[in-house]
Amino acid sequence: MATYTIQVNGKSQTVEAMEDMPLLWVIRDLLNLPGTKFGCGKALCGACTVHVNGNPVRSCSYPISAVGTASITTIEGLSEQGNHPVQEAWEKLVVPQCGYCQTGQIMTAVALLKQKPNPTDQEIDQAMQGNLCRCGTYNRIKAAIQLAASGKPALP
Amino acid sequence: MKKTAPFYTSNIEEVESKIFNASRRDFLKLGSILSGGLILGVSFWSCDSAGKKTGTLSTTAYLSISDTGEVTIVAHRSEMGQGIRTSLPLVVADELGADWSTVKIIQAEGDENKYGNQNTDGSFSIRMFYKPMREAGALAKAMLLQAAAKAWGLPIEELDTENGQVIHKGSDKKAGFGEFAGAASGLAVPKVESLQLKADNQFKLIGKDTPIIDLHDIVTGKAGFGSDARLEGMKIAVIKHCPVTGGTVKSVNDTKAKAIPGVLQVITIKGAGLPATLSKPIAGVAVIAENTWAAIKGREALEVEWDLGPNATYNSDEHIEALKKEITKEGTLRRNRGDFKAARTGAKKVIEHTYVAPYLAHATLEPPCALAVVKDGSCEIWAPTQNPQGARDAVAAYIGLGADKVKVNITLLGGAFGRKSKPDFILEAAYLAKESGLPIRVQWTREDDIQHDYYHAMSVQHLVATIDENNQLSGWNHHIANPSIGATENPAALQPDDGELMLGASDYPYNVPAIRIETHDAKAHLRIGWLRSVRNIPQAFAICTMMDEVAEARGKDPIEQALELLGEDRNITFAEEMVNGGGYPNYGEDIAQYPWNTGRMKAVIERVRKESGWGKQLPKGTGMGFAAHKSFLTYVACVVEVQVDAAKKVTINKVHYAVDCGLAVNTDRVKSQFEGGAQFSTSLAMKSAITVKNGIVEQTNFDGYQLIRMPESPKEIHVYIMERNDKPTGVGEPPVPPYAPALANAIYKATGKRLYQMPFGM
Repeated sequence: MATYTIQVNGKSQTVEAMEDMPLLWVIRDLLNLPGTKFGCGKALCGACTVHVNGNPVRSCSYPISAVGTASITTIEGLSEQGNHPVQEAWEKLVVPQCGYCQTGQIMTAVALLKQKPNPTDQEIDQAMQGNLCRCGTYNRIKAAIQLAASGKPALP
Repeated sequence: MKKTAPFYTSNIEEVESKIFNASRRDFLKLGSILSGGLILGVSFWSCDSAGKKTGTLSTTAYLSISDTGEVTIVAHRSEMGQGIRTSLPLVVADELGADWSTVKIIQAEGDENKYGNQNTDGSFSIRMFYKPMREAGALAKAMLLQAAAKAWGLPIEELDTENGQVIHKGSDKKAGFGEFAGAASGLAVPKVESLQLKADNQFKLIGKDTPIIDLHDIVTGKAGFGSDARLEGMKIAVIKHCPVTGGTVKSVNDTKAKAIPGVLQVITIKGAGLPATLSKPIAGVAVIAENTWAAIKGREALEVEWDLGPNATYNSDEHIEALKKEITKEGTLRRNRGDFKAARTGAKKVIEHTYVAPYLAHATLEPPCALAVVKDGSCEIWAPTQNPQGARDAVAAYIGLGADKVKVNITLLGGAFGRKSKPDFILEAAYLAKESGLPIRVQWTREDDIQHDYYHAMSVQHLVATIDENNQLSGWNHHIANPSIGATENPAALQPDDGELMLGASDYPYNVPAIRIETHDAKAHLRIGWLRSVRNIPQAFAICTMMDEVAEARGKDPIEQALELLGEDRNITFAEEMVNGGGYPNYGEDIAQYPWNTGRMKAVIERVRKESGWGKQLPKGTGMGFAAHKSFLTYVACVVEVQVDAAKKVTINKVHYAVDCGLAVNTDRVKSQFEGGAQFSTSLAMKSAITVKNGIVEQTNFDGYQLIRMPESPKEIHVYIMERNDKPTGVGEPPVPPYAPALANAIYKATGKRLYQMPFGM
């Protein structure tokens, strides 16, 4: 066990954890931020995606000891009012079905659009292929990313 | 008990304090009583509780209107992505004339006595509850109008409801529901038969697109799934399950596990052994810890010796190979029409093939999980369950409490597809809570989920089609073998029952003079369950690809052939041809009420032919395939357009679905179920398979058990909803069955290669 002070959603948080505890469980169990989901534990499904210094990271396979001073953003810290353009696009197209994978999808999409504001179809496929959706919302996810990229996702 | 849980917990308390005493399917007649706080309630038993000051009008267990005009609707079915928490409440709201934007929706806990059937399965929520929900809304509206007519001294015929207000049609007089809720609650309850339901053209919500109510919570991470349930003092349990179905724990050394920081207790779960059953969990050893990671690490450190039992010699590949040899022999006759043997003898051409499909896991993105606390002789559960009543009864029996001492709260389900109709993970939580004396949330890992499912059974089928000298399809012989769902409870069940045969085999609808359906023995060595559309998956695959091959052999277009062989528009039945004591269950509905109508099937086929541009010229390496299949009383026709490159890489360019589900209640959710159905089916057609070696499932996570990812998804999915006002039927499962055969038929057109095995291996 060791003590770590990490930056999560703009706040400094101190936790006691085993060195190999994945960031996912720090976020969910120790910091009580449940929006980041557990899907596979092996970086195969993307449900646990958070941003580490703005880059999408599978938190289930990222140990707390590797975090250091990096800035972590979870879905809870993405926007104050839940109105990030990507979230608005998601709402406008009613993307989710069960919803469990969607926070991870959104975090990956936000990181993609930061790097590539106007991604091609192939670039969207490439960026999103690490995020599984068992309900099958891929077409609406892609459309929502394109809508967010167009800068016109305002809610009806 | 203080709860630090997400949204649903406080709601649940509220529901419980207000609502009791409605009966199963007759709840409208029996009604309910609201009580507590300012609310004094109205009983439909006595039709009157006049004299009591009431602040709330209660018409059923599903609806209340407060004296401030707040409309609260209870969602009693489980939400797993199908949108039912939205689609049933909107039916109530539409009939009532409520303001949808202000309606409050709360989730019921599991109690069939209060809410009627809650087993969210079989695509039947809308089918079963559309009419009662309309009546609930209309009943409340009728009472509000009566109260308003009296208060205003106006004829009731001149009043209506709109956007949460009672309005006078002859003037601009209007007032919110809250004005009349108290007075209305003192009125005699009108008879359901007397209610004026809206005409279809008066609907404001029914038949239109309504976004799901949980949308904003989901995209902001606030939605409460099973794994988000929390209680003060809660600990996490991760369980090492016996790797072989039916095995038991021989010995445990937990010294190393207990040395992991945060590990608190290690508890052995005896488990079911054999038969596997629905009423007991798998044998295992649970590590209870302060947090999930400590529990996972503790499990890794456990040393457990198992008695693996007789299934430890089971190999699924060998089983399938053995069944392939048996499947062409004579089996148990289940449906018989005409004389197939004569048709075969007299045939000009015989086409026959064996079709194989693997075991499948549900692989819901949210692995099974449940929170339980046992205190003062009662147990409370929070779980992502499709079947809260079943879970409640199973928990009560398993930990030795009366059913009235067990309360099951339903969270959102992070995917279900039939997996979460089983209570095993909930039983584990209840048992561990009882044994440890702590609130326990059981968390399955992905490895638990893939290796300990109630699997969709593998399938071996053999089809023989005969074509006579007049180029007619003269005979159809379908042989079926698969471990039966019933075997999980009763190992003596070796052949599919009538319910499994009904799922796309015994309801073969085509005009063929000789039909012979036979079943064969296949023993179950895993826990067998049901996966989205169940036996329809392999059965529709075999039937619809064979029909394509028959059409080709006859020199016919497959769509023309389907229309021809469905014959004239009429209702068809199957029961009279079922033999050996069998019947045709028609998804639990009276076939007179929910007939199998060839005209409706032909209409979806013609629609998909038109919309897909069927018959157009396509470049080399591309192809279109067709399949039509009715399941869960919903008619579906599907055309898939693919491109296959030189490296055999399949790109699915377009999917076209035409669907007749009667009246479509929430059209956007109908479409989304079909979009998702196409993607779900792409996984099982192209990717997914569970195999078993020495009794152990070989796949452990999404590297071995593969699902499609965005690049493999169909590029475009078009859904055409037939405009019907027949009784609505479900759409959760019906998109799945016709997709894989339509895709296989398209791949054949693109490559010249027929496919007889799922997944296709391309």
